[in-house]
Amino acid sequence: MGNRLSGPLPMVAADAGYSDPPERMGFFTDTSVCIGCKACEVACKEWNEVPEDGISLLGLSYDNTGALGASTWRHVAFVEQPRYAPELHDQLAQVPAAADPASSSATDGQTGSEMRWLMSSDVCKHCTHAACLDVCPTGALIRTEDGTVIVQDDVCNGCGYCVPACPYGVIEKREGDGRAFKCTLCYDRTGAGLMPACATACPTESIQYGPLNELRERAEARLGTLQAQGEERAQLYGNRPDDGIGGAGAFFLLLDEPEVYGLPPDPVVTTRDLPKMWGYAAGAAATVLTCMVGSFLRGRK
Amino acid sequence: MSSPSQAHDGFASYYGRPVLKEPAWKRPDVALYLFLGGLSGASSVLAAGADLTDRPHLARVGRIIAGAGVLGSLAALIHDLGRPARFLNMLRVFKPTSPLSMGSWTIASFGPLAGAAAVSEIAGTSRTAGRVAGIGAAALGPVMATYTSVLIADTAIPAWHDAHPELPFMFGGSAMTSAAGAALVTAPLAETGPVVGVALAGAGMEIAAAEVMTRRMGLTAEPYSQGRAGKLMLVAKGLTAAGAAGAALSRRSRIGSALAGAALIAGSAALRFAVFDAGVQSARDPRYTIIPQRERASRRASQATGQLADAPITAAE
Repeated sequence: MGNRLSGPLPMVAADAGYSDPPERMGFFTDTSVCIGCKACEVACKEWNEVPEDGISLLGLSYDNTGALGASTWRHVAFVEQPRYAPELHDQLAQVPAAADPASSSATDGQTGSEMRWLMSSDVCKHCTHAACLDVCPTGALIRTEDGTVIVQDDVCNGCGYCVPACPYGVIEKREGDGRAFKCTLCYDRTGAGLMPACATACPTESIQYGPLNELRERAEARLGTLQAQGEERAQLYGNRPDDGIGGAGAFFLLLDEPEVYGLPPDPVVTTRDLPKMWGYAAGAAATVLTCMVGSFLRGRK
Repeated sequence: MSSPSQAHDGFASYYGRPVLKEPAWKRPDVALYLFLGGLSGASSVLAAGADLTDRPHLARVGRIIAGAGVLGSLAALIHDLGRPARFLNMLRVFKPTSPLSMGSWTIASFGPLAGAAAVSEIAGTSRTAGRVAGIGAAALGPVMATYTSVLIADTAIPAWHDAHPELPFMFGGSAMTSAAGAALVTAPLAETGPVVGVALAGAGMEIAAAEVMTRRMGLTAEPYSQGRAGKLMLVAKGLTAAGAAGAALSRRSRIGSALAGAALIAGSAALRFAVFDAGVQSARDPRYTIIPQRERASRRASQATGQLADAPITAAE
């Protein structure tokens, strides 16, 4: 049984100890059809009774949510950018005035430039190798039979270790409560045969819920269609079982590089390196002991 | 590509916002937890060494500091919890993939031993049992002195994770200097001969490891020399070097030794605060998350297509 800490792990629930678990379930978020309506954010808050966490205008396009967190389990990102066209980009680069973003607009006939919107509903990735789960010292974070990752709020003691462990900045301690919270992939709904609240509310099927293997096939087909239509930067994110987290249970189709959406371009589960870390620490502990014993032996003379 | 969400110092990000969450750990709680754990662990070894080489005063102060240190470290850890009343949930599972679980079990084993040795010393009773407990604590002392480095390195925080080869040596050395410092302040000169050796070895280990780390890491070492972390790092290195030198030069001066000891303690504490702050600073700025990952991904992509990578390699794997 290899790949406990990193690498492909096809039977993630079985590896966690479930005998004869059901199919691994997950999300495929196809951002190419996201219209930025935020119905997912609202449905998630309503169903999960996630508290209000600040009503403010952030000045980041239409994004006034900001980021995922203890009380934000779906977050819609809004990116405004000139339509990606390499030949157009080269022309713009030669005309400094036209390259100024302030002067470009959707109706800029002179250069033919065109704005495009990138919208994406972000969520917990439910990693195959979940650092939050690995480092949790109380066993509050667990793998479910569906292969998802949830916090048992009656066990969490708010140590906060999961927060810096997450390579995506998803899980967070809730102010005033002290415990850590994140997306449960609607464990309560799916157990009763319902779809997660966000996927149910999504009007464009940008958020799709289903067996992970089926979603991966569907995503590959959709990517092929978009590439055939000339979306050069279209890419799947988190779909590969050989990536740094062993593949995500919630993966994405993006129209630009991940970092443009606030996602890390090549995340790696920190516990991949844990055996090495304990090795270095053992070396350091032995050095401490040797130096201290040596000091007493020298002092004896 | 020049939208506000795109270009920030040559790398793309989402409006310059951080990718990672800042560590939820409080300051000073967790920095003190790191410092006191190290002080306690190394002091227990010092006490056992003194006991076995017939230095009763040094053994006495070492045991008391080890006992008080682990109590303080535990108190800081509990105070940092979002639900302190659930502290005992830490002992609900034994989980090797969680350095904090391993640390909790280390404290749960080391603490009672170090505590018993200290109580026996103060009360003056059960001498033999106290000695045995003290030796037992010393066996776990080097673990106490170093496990916290794994605890913070086993995160996605760039300045901590990338430092994982050197952090245990920095923390181990820092634990030695703090224990030596506390002994120099409290023990009589006649018994502190070996303590000076511990101070010198600890200072050398800590400063050398820090130097290797900053040279090896590249971009993600930047936070260790910038902002509050950078200032604290300079203070830590300066006080540690001065304290070790002072300890070596004032072997016959009680006041000189005590001053050197105080510098060593302060230097060790400053190191833990510096490392803590460097981690927070590296989480706050998306460049430390995005640039090394983007370079790694580009390198892999170009390897896959049989071309040479054009991006410079600055990040540690």
